[in-house]
Order: sequence, then structure tokens, then C-alpha cells
Amino acid sequence: MGRYVLRRLLQLVPVFIGTTFLIFVLVWAVPGDPFTGLCGDRPCPPQFVAAMTEKYNLNDNVIVQYLKYMGALLTGDFGQTYSEQPVGELIALAAPVSLRLAVVAVAIEAIIGVTAGILTGLRGRGFLDNLVLVSTLFLIALPTFVTGFVIQIVLGFQWEILTPTVSSEARWSELIIPGFVLGSLSMAYVSRLTRTSIAENKRADYMRTALAKGQPKHRIVGVHLLRNSAIPVITFLGTDIGNLMGGAIVTEGIFGIHGVGKLVYDGIIDKQGTIVVGVVVLLVIVFLVVNLLIDLMYAVLDPRIRYD
Amino acid sequence: MRRRRLLSAAAIPLALSLAVTSCSGGGDGDEQGAGDSNKTKSAVLTVFGSEPELPLVPGDTNESGGSKIIDALFTGLMYFDAASGQAKEANAESFELTAPDEYTVKLKKGWKFHDGTDVKADNYIKAWNYTAYGPNSQQMASFFQQIEGFDDVYTADPDGPEGPQTPPTPKSTEMSGLTKVDDYEFKIKFSSPYTLFKIKTGYGAYMPMPDSFFADPEAWKKNPVGNGPFKYVGRVPEQNLELERWDDYQGPDKAKIKGVKYTFTDADAAYADVKGNQLDFMDTVPPQGIAGNVWESDLPGRAKAFRVMAIQQISFPLYNPKYASVDFRHAISMAIDREQVTKTIFEGNRKPIDGYALEGVPGYEPGACGKWCEHNPAEAKKLFDKSGWTGPIEITSNADNGHREWVEAVCGQIEEALDTECNFVPVQAFGQIRQAINAHQMTQIYRSGWVMDYPDIENFLNPIFRTGGSSNDNGYSNPEVDAKLKEADEASNPDEAHRLYHEAEEMIAEDMPAVPLWETPSISAWSERLTNVRLTPARELDLSFVEIK
Repeated sequence: MGRYVLRRLLQLVPVFIGTTFLIFVLVWAVPGDPFTGLCGDRPCPPQFVAAMTEKYNLNDNVIVQYLKYMGALLTGDFGQTYSEQPVGELIALAAPVSLRLAVVAVAIEAIIGVTAGILTGLRGRGFLDNLVLVSTLFLIALPTFVTGFVIQIVLGFQWEILTPTVSSEARWSELIIPGFVLGSLSMAYVSRLTRTSIAENKRADYMRTALAKGQPKHRIVGVHLLRNSAIPVITFLGTDIGNLMGGAIVTEGIFGIHGVGKLVYDGIIDKQGTIVVGVVVLLVIVFLVVNLLIDLMYAVLDPRIRYD
Repeated sequence: MRRRRLLSAAAIPLALSLAVTSCSGGGDGDEQGAGDSNKTKSAVLTVFGSEPELPLVPGDTNESGGSKIIDALFTGLMYFDAASGQAKEANAESFELTAPDEYTVKLKKGWKFHDGTDVKADNYIKAWNYTAYGPNSQQMASFFQQIEGFDDVYTADPDGPEGPQTPPTPKSTEMSGLTKVDDYEFKIKFSSPYTLFKIKTGYGAYMPMPDSFFADPEAWKKNPVGNGPFKYVGRVPEQNLELERWDDYQGPDKAKIKGVKYTFTDADAAYADVKGNQLDFMDTVPPQGIAGNVWESDLPGRAKAFRVMAIQQISFPLYNPKYASVDFRHAISMAIDREQVTKTIFEGNRKPIDGYALEGVPGYEPGACGKWCEHNPAEAKKLFDKSGWTGPIEITSNADNGHREWVEAVCGQIEEALDTECNFVPVQAFGQIRQAINAHQMTQIYRSGWVMDYPDIENFLNPIFRTGGSSNDNGYSNPEVDAKLKEADEASNPDEAHRLYHEAEEMIAEDMPAVPLWETPSISAWSERLTNVRLTPARELDLSFVEIK
């Protein structure tokens, strides 16, 4: 197991270099003037452009730029925005907020989605099954911004039971509703995935064997069925954490949350390459680590698919 | 998206049904009544803004996010009075012409920077030299080009920005035109007479800088020190920036509120915040509030269309030979029925304009555009046939913010009058066309606009229509107009200057590089606790006037 983990960790290095290089090239090599927005709607004066180009190494070719960037990154320097704010600091402010939001969303997905999936999967057809089927279909069909705005308008303005936006501290309690909005789509997928997986495994040979051995029902379901059915669900939830951290742009926008999504969105709009690259580098790390954890978890859940 | 000083990307609402306030000008907000002075004294307002794009150095800030903060942190020789819209003396005790090409400025004594040091003549001279000095690469350098000795401190790039060469190091770091008389008096000498300079000094580019800035600019940027009604408290990058009332402020626009916190959020979330009273002020309502006049029912009594000295135009990319015919350009202008569009699309809440400047601006006179801006389809058709234009006419703009409706209406009128095809070519965001405009690569007629920087007719002409003007985007160049504008710049007194500017304006209309259409207001929204809300000429909340109920 130890060797396996070590090997996986070493594999992260080329993957990390490859992905960051791609991102870097994509962000900085796209045509267009990165300083467009800095001078109001006037074209920037040539001397200003020259000085900025020099400051952000834009005269070098992209490989040299990348090496300079990675060199600085290794010392923990994410670079600066055009307004000379350290990008590392921006990320340090935004990442915990996004992480909290993602955790809330995943928790909601896991609790509601898995419960609904287990109940419907075990019972099969019936009222509950149909109810879950219809409501998950409904959620899948609704784009996030619709769910977000509807909830904000109904709960925030019409019923006035919550403040329509999240304060800059982004406390856990404030993040429940945005987390629900963010996680609603995946929640629907999780419940369907769980249901299918359970329905399938219910008829598996090992279930019949367990039953024939005369094991009690709670043990058959709790240990054998759930454990084996959990594998696809865990995979989905794991990758979703990464998705939710970076992909919450819409939700963060609606509820005014200062997270990674907003940061990267603003970075793209303002052509602040340093912000975009910095955030994406962080997300790459998150994805890599989460995937590693999932693979390790497989080994625990099902020794047969251990990668060792 | 947000954060542009000029109009182009800003919200241009579809249909305002607020009464004529949007076109009456002056005295906006007076009817709201005063607030509770005790509550006002201790209130910190939250104001919608956007993260400054660059460090908060006045000579390097030109976009609206940063300008807002600079305007609160600094006060210069003059300021723009929100009630009258005119430039008035602030830190200047007197500001007089002592020769046709020379101003002498006496400063008021007792003015201080937030760090307690005095505001002296040197603070202005050094700050202006710093901004103008080429190697400092400050955006606003060109604001000093009329001062004697500017060419010694600012050198042009010999082969343009694309070329490999860099501009040679200037031979001096100081403009010879700025001379100190004593600590509270200095002279500004121009290479040729430039009376207009006085009112321009209310603009952000002309602010004084404290000695601490020159000692250590990097440290200063982390903790900006100004001399304005508010002092810097702190910021959370990409989230907010907080200012506090500075009680030792000597200027005319003293604030009554305790402080301001600019918050940088998504515009839609900010709009929700204003509705829910979580945010105190938003200068421009986002599209979701503008479509179908939702803002009126969303925010009864706490949103308003303010007159903001902004005009809407459509411009021809003159560097494209397709648009070389002046007859064609006049035909387009005469084919448009401005009255009808403002009545039907904007429900009468836009005012058609008949020139390139706006009523109420010093130097404005009606009718500069003359017959060229009158709706005359028959004449338009004649000119159009003469121009030899072939193929469809295309007008491009971002389709949001209610632009689609009026551009389509205008296109319809052109189609009808000229009996030729006219198409509206929408794009997602104005930024997409902005790059093509900057690069002189436009092939279609495009929507353009202008928001006044300082109240004078000059601001509507020199930057936009002079050869090489800072915002001359469509390549318009007419040596006669340039000569007339130069003559006006160098006129010995303001009246003479205004007369000459007006003549230049008429000459520009003869060339019709852009078609003037109408004035555009700004729809602002505020929380229930605010009263005395009005906008400054720079489209910002008047922080000296606002109070809490």
C-alpha cells in the first residue's frame, strides 16, 4: 500500500506540470490585449502598455514565461494582479469560502441523495420511487441559475425568511441555501446512481449467498449491499468536490459569495492571467489529491479493484 | 463589463418611465429631504463598486472602480459641484491667468494630507511631474501635454508600441512650465495659451501627492494617503475597500456620514442586496432591473434616473474606405427620427440632441448639428443615392441593457428612408467590440457614447474628434477641425474659447464622423435608510450630500 501511494504521488508531478502548462499557454497565448480594461474605454497609452508588458514578462516566449512563473510558484509566489495585490492572498481569502460551500453542497448531496437512493433502490416501484424519479428529473432539467434565482426571490424577498445574499464572512449557516442550490443537480444524480446501483446489486450472487447463509437483513443490506453499491457513488461525490469548488461561478454570482468561482470569473473578464492561472493551479491540485483519495478508498471498499 | 468610465459598456436602460427628471438637470434629489443628523454621523454606507484595476495612484487610474475611490480620497485645486455641475475652487485660494499662457495658483493654507503634512505647492508640482514623466508610465501623462516642457519629460516610442524599440529616456524629469513661487503659490506656463486648464484640474489626474508617496511609492500604495474628505482604512482584495470620514478636511464637500465601504460583488447580487437593504447604494442598476422597468416596482421611491451628462452616438469606422463618403454619413443621420425613437422606445425619457455637446455644459449652444440632425428622409435618400453605397448597412452593438431595441428601431428607420437593407449585428458583450475598436479593425457602424470628464464643451470635442485625441477611436482626422480646436484651446478667454469650440463642433457635424442621437441617464438605486441621494457629475454618489433617515 505504501509503495502504491508513493507511486501515485510521483505520478502527480508530470500530471501537474502538464496541466498547468496547458492552462498557462491557453490563458496567456490567447490573442487579445490583456490591458484592455485598465484604461477605462480608451486605448492605453503606449508607454503604459510597454511598462506593463515588461512587468508581466509578456515579451518573453510562452515557455520562458511558464518557467519564470513556475519558478516563482515553487517559492510560494503566485504573482500579482494588475492592482498589485498578491494572488496568493486572494486565493487564501477565497478558497476557504469555496471549500465551505463545496462541503455543504456535498453533504447535502450525500445525505439527501444517498438516502433517497437507498430507500427507492430497496423498495423498488411505488409512490416514493415515482416521487423521487419526478423530482430528480425536475432538478436535472432546471439550470442552476433558475433554481438559484427562484429560491432567492421566494425565500429572500417574498417570504423574507433569509437574507438574499451571503455576507463577506460567509458563515456556515448562510451557506446552506446556496449549498443546496449548488448541490441540487448532483444530488439528483447521486440519488439515481445509488438507486440503480442498489437495484442491480440486490440481485447479485453474493446477496443470495448471504441470504442463504441466514445472515440478518440489516447485515446483508448494511455491510454487503451498501458497501458494494457505494463505489460509483463515492467516485461521483469525490470528483464533484473539485467541480463544486471551481464550478460554482453561477451560484456564487447569484448569492454574492466571494469564492474561487467569482475570482476566476472576474479574472477571465478582466484578462488577469495571473489570477486565472493561480486559481486553476490550485484546482488542479485539489482534483489530483481528491482522485488519489478516491482510489485509496476503493481499496478499502473492495479489495478486488485495489490498484496495487 | 462594469467599470468603464465611458458610456459604451455602461447600462443604457430600455424604457424609463420616470418623469422628466432625467432631462431636467440640476437639483436632483432635493425633494428627498434631510435626514437624522445623529444617525448620519455614525453611519458607514456600503456602496457598490468594483475592484480597482491598478494601484490607487491618481495619475494611473482611469476606470470607474478606482476613480470612485480616488475621488473620495483626494481633492485637488478645483472640484465639480454636484448641485450646479460646475467646476469651483477647492484647494485653490485663487487661480488666475497672469499672462495669456500662464496661470498662477495660490493655495489655501491649513490644508493637510491624512498623514498630517501640509498640502503645499511642491506636492502639486512633484505629483504632476511624476505623472507626466514617461518612464513612470502613468496612464494620465497626456493630461499635461499643454504644459511647457512636457516634451522634455515624455518621449514618444519611435516605432510605435508594436516595434522593438523603447522610447528614449527623457532629458528631464521636470516640466519647465511648473515653477514654485513660494510654499503656497506656483505658476503653470503652457507652450501656448490654454485657459481651459483651470476647470480640468478637478479631474483625478491633477491631484496633489504627499511627500511620503515620493519617498516610498510601494509603501504608499499599500496604505494610500490623500487629502480628500475620506481617508483610507483598509481593503480585502476583490471584496471590499473601506474609507472613513476625515474630520480635519478643509474642503467644501465635507461628508456627513462616518464612512464608506465599497463592496465588489456581482452586479445581480448587489441588486438583490439593495432590494433587501443589505447594500446602501448602487450607481447603475444591472440589466435584470432595467428590463421592463422592473426597478420601479422593485424599489419604489428609492431608485431614480439621474441626468449624468452622457450622450449616445453611432460611429463610423472612418479608417475603413467603405465609409469615406460624407454623403452616406449625412444620409444615415438624416434617416433617423430621433424624436420617434425616444418617444416610442424610451417613452419620452431620453432627449434627442442636436450637436455633440449637452445642454447645461459651459460653451453649449443649441443647433450645432443643424439640418444634418433633422429627420429628413427625402433628403437622406438623395444623399444616399449620391454616395454610391452598395450592399447592406450593418450596425453593431451589445444586445443587452436594452440596446437591441433602439438599434433595431434606428435600423428600421434607415431601411425605410434609404430603401436599402439595414441589419443589427448583436454581440454578447461590449468588450468584444472594444478590442476591435482599439485595433481599428471595425467594419460595421458601431454604437458609441461619451460621459463627460469635466464640465466644458471642450471635453466633448478634443478627446473624441481631434486627430490623435485620447478617445479618437474611429480615426477621424480633419486638419481644419484640428486647427480650429487648437485656436479654441489657445483663446485668451473662456468666452472666446467657447465660441471657437462651437464653430469646431459645427465643422465636425459637416463631416459627421459620428451621429449624435440622445442623452442617456443613469439609473441608481439605494436602500431605504438613505435620503438626499444625488449623483456627482462623475456619476458617483455625492458623499457630501447623502444622509441617513
